[in-house]
Amino acid sequence: MNGRIHSVESFGTVDGPGIRFVIFLQGCPMRCLYCHNPDTWDVRGGQEMSADTLISQFLRNRAFYKGGGITATGGEPMRQLRFLTELFALAKSQGIHTCLDTSGICFDPENTAETDALLAVTDLVMLDIKHIDDDRHRALTGHSNRRILAFAQYLSDKGIPVWIRHVIVPGWTDDADEQRRLGYFIGGLRTLKALDVLPYHTLGRSKYDALALPYPLPDAEPVSAEQAEQAKREILRGVRQRLRESKQ
Amino acid sequence: MDFAPEWEGFQPGRWSNTRTSVNVRDFIQLNYTPYDGDDSFLEGPTEATKALWAQVMELSRQEREAGGVLDMDTKIISTITSHGPGYLNKDLEKIVGLQTDKPFKRALQPFGGIRMAQQACKEYGYEVDPSVVEIFTKYRKTHNQGVFDAYTPEMRLARKSAILTGLPDAYGRGRIIGDYRRVALYGIDMLIADKEHQKATHFVRMTSKNIMLREELSEQIRALQELRELGRIYGFDISRPAKNAREAVQWLYFGYLAAVKEQNGAAMSLGRTSTFLDIYIQRDLDRGLITESEAQELIDHFIMKLRMVKFARTPEYNALFSGDPTWVTESIGGVSVDGKHMVTKNSFRYLNTLNNLGTAPEPNMTVLWSVSLPQNFKRFCAAMSIKTSSIQYENDDLMRVIHGDDYAIACCVSSMVVGKEMQFFGARANLAKCLLYAINGGVDEVMKVQVGPKYRPVAGDYLDYDDVMDKYSEMMEWLAELYVNTLNIIHFMHDKYSYEKLQMALHDRDVKRYFATGIAGLSVVADSLSAIKYAKVRCIRDENGIVVDYEVEGDFPKYGNDDDRVDQIAVEIVRMFMDKIRKHHTYRGSIPTMSILTITSNVVYGKKTGNTPDGRKHGVPLAPGANPMHGRDTHGAVASLSSVSKLPFRHAQDGISNTFSIIPDALGKSTVFSGELDLDALAEEAPDDTE
Repeated sequence: MNGRIHSVESFGTVDGPGIRFVIFLQGCPMRCLYCHNPDTWDVRGGQEMSADTLISQFLRNRAFYKGGGITATGGEPMRQLRFLTELFALAKSQGIHTCLDTSGICFDPENTAETDALLAVTDLVMLDIKHIDDDRHRALTGHSNRRILAFAQYLSDKGIPVWIRHVIVPGWTDDADEQRRLGYFIGGLRTLKALDVLPYHTLGRSKYDALALPYPLPDAEPVSAEQAEQAKREILRGVRQRLRESKQ
Repeated sequence: MDFAPEWEGFQPGRWSNTRTSVNVRDFIQLNYTPYDGDDSFLEGPTEATKALWAQVMELSRQEREAGGVLDMDTKIISTITSHGPGYLNKDLEKIVGLQTDKPFKRALQPFGGIRMAQQACKEYGYEVDPSVVEIFTKYRKTHNQGVFDAYTPEMRLARKSAILTGLPDAYGRGRIIGDYRRVALYGIDMLIADKEHQKATHFVRMTSKNIMLREELSEQIRALQELRELGRIYGFDISRPAKNAREAVQWLYFGYLAAVKEQNGAAMSLGRTSTFLDIYIQRDLDRGLITESEAQELIDHFIMKLRMVKFARTPEYNALFSGDPTWVTESIGGVSVDGKHMVTKNSFRYLNTLNNLGTAPEPNMTVLWSVSLPQNFKRFCAAMSIKTSSIQYENDDLMRVIHGDDYAIACCVSSMVVGKEMQFFGARANLAKCLLYAINGGVDEVMKVQVGPKYRPVAGDYLDYDDVMDKYSEMMEWLAELYVNTLNIIHFMHDKYSYEKLQMALHDRDVKRYFATGIAGLSVVADSLSAIKYAKVRCIRDENGIVVDYEVEGDFPKYGNDDDRVDQIAVEIVRMFMDKIRKHHTYRGSIPTMSILTITSNVVYGKKTGNTPDGRKHGVPLAPGANPMHGRDTHGAVASLSSVSKLPFRHAQDGISNTFSIIPDALGKSTVFSGELDLDALAEEAPDDTE
């Protein structure tokens, strides 16, 4: 079957281990205020491409991707769950490392059969937790974080390696207490392998202008690397606290 | 020859055995010590290095303030022995020798062309001594004059319209690498004996070819004698082999210095010297004669000298090359034909000069990259690239197949076996302009005059792919012939009036010569043809019916996205033009090759190339080398590199360059990322005071 693809990046170095072929899937139900890819929201956008086409693009340049692999991101890639499963299954059949960069918003804890099929061919999940507090999460993204946190726990229970990503946005996710709460939560994930703290940037702004959309955070300043490092330290404090408690 | 006392401790072999055994490669292979370790052994600059470099920086500042030139020789014609010794600070310099008697004083080198020399002086407020001008206009012909005596009107016109550009007809052709290592390994006397032997053998029939070679060998011997004299001027006896590391560096540098005193070439590359010199340094280290710091100091002082190489050039020349490059290219690393990597500690020391002396474009440090290079060296290269952006990389795995393991890069990509191969530098043909000529029936779109043959121009409003390709092929046929013939004249005259006797003295007698043509504008051509094929391109004509602009309706695949629909057009163009070049007679039995390598001159070419069917406007720079057009590669670096890597090396054997820049952040995560979290270890960590 075909998927709706926004674009591909053949030299991804920040979306998983090694050099990666990054596939941006079109369509996302979330409307995060700081989203830097508003052009991937529309589920009818992008162009149709088959899993075969995408995998063959990877394979012809395979020499570049030693230690890397394929990353599916978006948009929200799990919106096209069946296509994504086919894509990853094909990749696994070629021995390609698969990484899923997701918000987890499409996860349905009551009905996991299709998700299980995807996870069976997924080597690594990069889960982006936007906010640990449900009310704040709703305000920031338009959705509850209930499914997302459930997905995190589900991955842990299934033994799928997880990288947690978290964007530091001024006025939204720069509170030290909340950062420690986030750390406390992810400290409970047994398959946590990495923490990737991303400073908010304003590079997506021009895309809003191009789409004639108002920019939702007109006053937010970009976050410095130092601020992001500080946030990382706070989150790791929360992680350590949880780990120590669970040992006792 | 006997085993010289200076060679004690070296593994003997063919290089040292018989009478005709100049064989540096054999010496290297038998004696070098591969190094797999990391950079922790490296030493910083000594006090002497710092003091000398501060002096060079101060001179650079003065030179900039003086408008680009600090001092010029206007009377003494530069030869190997024309000047007395010159120093920065004799007491501190471990390696000595300047082009003239003063640092930063530019030499007068009129053999390529007296007008060029006069112009260069005039631009900076100097005037060539009238007696020199008189000699080189009345009594002694220059290369430049010889060329223009033989040029046809068509050649002059093609040069003016810049469909042929950057031709070495008024300046030194360069791109010849003397095997400067021979000076250190054998000393001048053995090299002269070898040349005498070459001259004494083989020439029985006095054909013009043999007469020419006999005369050249005599010139070469004279150059070697002068080189010996250059050593004497600085107080060294280089008639014998170098006996230690310092002498080896010094002898080798004298060889190079003699070359730049004799020739103001477009590229005066150094060769492949680092692993060679490592053998001497390693022997001294093993004997306890020098410390690592002293070894680094030798290399620092040597590199410092290479950074000070300067030529008198005109502003037009500098515009063409975007600055005042000397292309002192040094090839580092690589792998031997039996699969052993050739990285030594000295490979690290050369790159370490970028730490000790700071970043610089010269010498052009070129790493011959192979998947088989040791991991530690690869890491060091990557770190130094991120730090300095000053390292060039070339694919050793590709070139080793053709050139073996003792080749070096001249200029930026031209590979040749050191001392055994040379090339006739051929600048380049502008294939983008050629496409416009095909469309307009040979009329130049900027000058609005007939330059090419008066073929039938395209008719109708829209360009048809097959029609354009037919016409393009015909126009290329014309261009290839004109181009080769033009170069034949240039190199005939260069040999005649500005022969590189010193550099050729450091070659074997029977050298393999490459006839190195080049092309510019490949990505513009590929995209233009793709637009014609996959979109609709409407012609916009001026009042005389000349197509001066194009309107592209619809989208089309663009070179640089790993899309075979257009990438294969680029491949086909390369093959087509090379095949057309191959049809023609080349000077001195040289082997035609082609490069895709405009690293800097693409800006000037863009100014001279009208609107193109890919939507590029007149004046917009062509992409450098084999690069995709700026901003059109939208699928990331791998796709972009993959498009370039499809270009066939065997049809572009003089090299394919790709200019690649990337911001460090795009290379991966640094401090904000905690990879490899170890939860158990985290749990054990002591809580900090806020927990």
